[in-house]
Amino acid sequence: MGTDTLVPGVPTASEMMAMRAAHELHDRDVVFVGIGLPNLACNLARATHAPQLFMIYESGAVGAIPERLPVSIGDPALVTDSLQVTSQADIFQLFLQRGLIEVGFLGGAQIDKFGNLNTTVIGPYANPKVRLPGSGGACEIAVHARRLLVIMRMTKRSFVETCDFITSPGHRMPGGKSRKELGLPGAGPTTVITDQCVLEFGEDGEAVLVELHPGATVASVKAACGWDLKVAKELRPSRGIDASATTLLREKLDPKRLYL
Amino acid sequence: MSKLVSMKDAIAASVHDGDSIVIDGFTHLICFAAAHEIIRQKRKNLTAIRLTPDLVYDQLIEAGCVSKLIFSWAGNPGVGGLHAMRRRTEGAGLGQLTLEEYSHFGLLSRFLAGSAGLPFWPLDNYAGSSIPGANANIKSVTCPYTGRQIATVPALRPDVAVIHCQRADDEGNAQVWGLYGSQKEVAFAAKRVIVVAEEIVPTSVIRSDPNRTLVPGLIATHVVCEPWGCHPSFVQGHYDRDNDFYVEWENVSRDPATYAKWLDEYVYGVKDRAEYMQKLGAGLMERLRKKPRMSEGVDYGY
Repeated sequence: MGTDTLVPGVPTASEMMAMRAAHELHDRDVVFVGIGLPNLACNLARATHAPQLFMIYESGAVGAIPERLPVSIGDPALVTDSLQVTSQADIFQLFLQRGLIEVGFLGGAQIDKFGNLNTTVIGPYANPKVRLPGSGGACEIAVHARRLLVIMRMTKRSFVETCDFITSPGHRMPGGKSRKELGLPGAGPTTVITDQCVLEFGEDGEAVLVELHPGATVASVKAACGWDLKVAKELRPSRGIDASATTLLREKLDPKRLYL
Repeated sequence: MSKLVSMKDAIAASVHDGDSIVIDGFTHLICFAAAHEIIRQKRKNLTAIRLTPDLVYDQLIEAGCVSKLIFSWAGNPGVGGLHAMRRRTEGAGLGQLTLEEYSHFGLLSRFLAGSAGLPFWPLDNYAGSSIPGANANIKSVTCPYTGRQIATVPALRPDVAVIHCQRADDEGNAQVWGLYGSQKEVAFAAKRVIVVAEEIVPTSVIRSDPNRTLVPGLIATHVVCEPWGCHPSFVQGHYDRDNDFYVEWENVSRDPATYAKWLDEYVYGVKDRAEYMQKLGAGLMERLRKKPRMSEGVDYGY
């Protein structure tokens, strides 16, 4: 299980999530990149097994190759040396809605067993306990990305039986229709990457534990999940997490630890 | 005909109490100078519209200029929340600020309809989401060709748009490079457009590279020359984003007392943008000033 303490050669929780997410990216994939760990995962993939990863940012940069780690979704380094800079209307209509985005990344304050995500409010919408930032591009990414990777630390507060608000649709609304019945074009959340494990989704749209990171156990994962999590009959060995990537992340990709 | 005026005169003439306003830009080209002038002129009951109401709108809210916010993502990117907004929408402050929220694509679509002279815009979105349930403006139509249900949003025609650009001529032909977000749609949707430029250039410079003109002078109401008008946001080819400012803002804005002190010192306490930059000091400007990266240029010959 991941910690936040820096030990040489031993990845922290954030580093494990970045590495495991990078493993999901293939060379030449067209990725809608979010800021933070998704960006780091993309840079790691580019520096290792996917040098031709095609990165698109919602701010309008297409085919970006930022020479510094972007500190915001609209960093000037995304523009310099990119293939195209276009309007946000183009990004959402011509790239995302048109179906050109292979992989999207999302996170959230809450996720439920069907992969629905909440980034809008904690508590009732009309009288929220916490007012969160809202959707941004998340809803449409969840609708249209052909594959959706979710990166979130696992806690009982964030992995909940029911989201207070569904900002971005997962595989089905609780008691509601499936993505297919709703006609959503993208596949929805395909992989949830946490600090302890990886979840995938079954035919019924419900999350299943399929893989444990080094140090995690079924019991520790279940203790951090707010619903009775299904466990695959056979768990896969951990993937993508290795010491050499730790050095690369710490020394080259995010030395100031902006996102790690 | 020259439309060149000071920021003070542009705001006085074009922004009125009760107006709906967009100070556009996406991370890039956010005209803080315009917002600060609106605060100094004590505008009230504005409907502030923007995909990402970051620090610039939070300052307008804290200063009491805004009664309604139309948005799709409200935060200080990578740092934290917008505290003036949260204080008026959570707990005891609930109801002090009216919110109307979309996703980015939804709000962009409202500008697209407004800019194209259509009553609404269709988008393939929102199925399976709670967002339409929280916003009665999001409806749907049945596609007359396929029978599919498609989400719709109504046209938005803001009273005023503020568009910051690298360079413009005195008629408001505005040239932009780097990220331009929704500036074009916002400008064409708005009833009045204030073009703010880092630099005013002769029309011959505009004509030498017409593909770079994002907003034509045809729809510009006023033109303002305001170097450094976007700090702490950035202008490609002029100055970098002041990331330290955004990080430090969390400490300034969390407490209403330190927030008020900042507004007193940096907004009410200066008469214009030039004085604001003077106050921040030459060292900061030196640190943020761009390192040149010229493009190759193109041949318009025939």
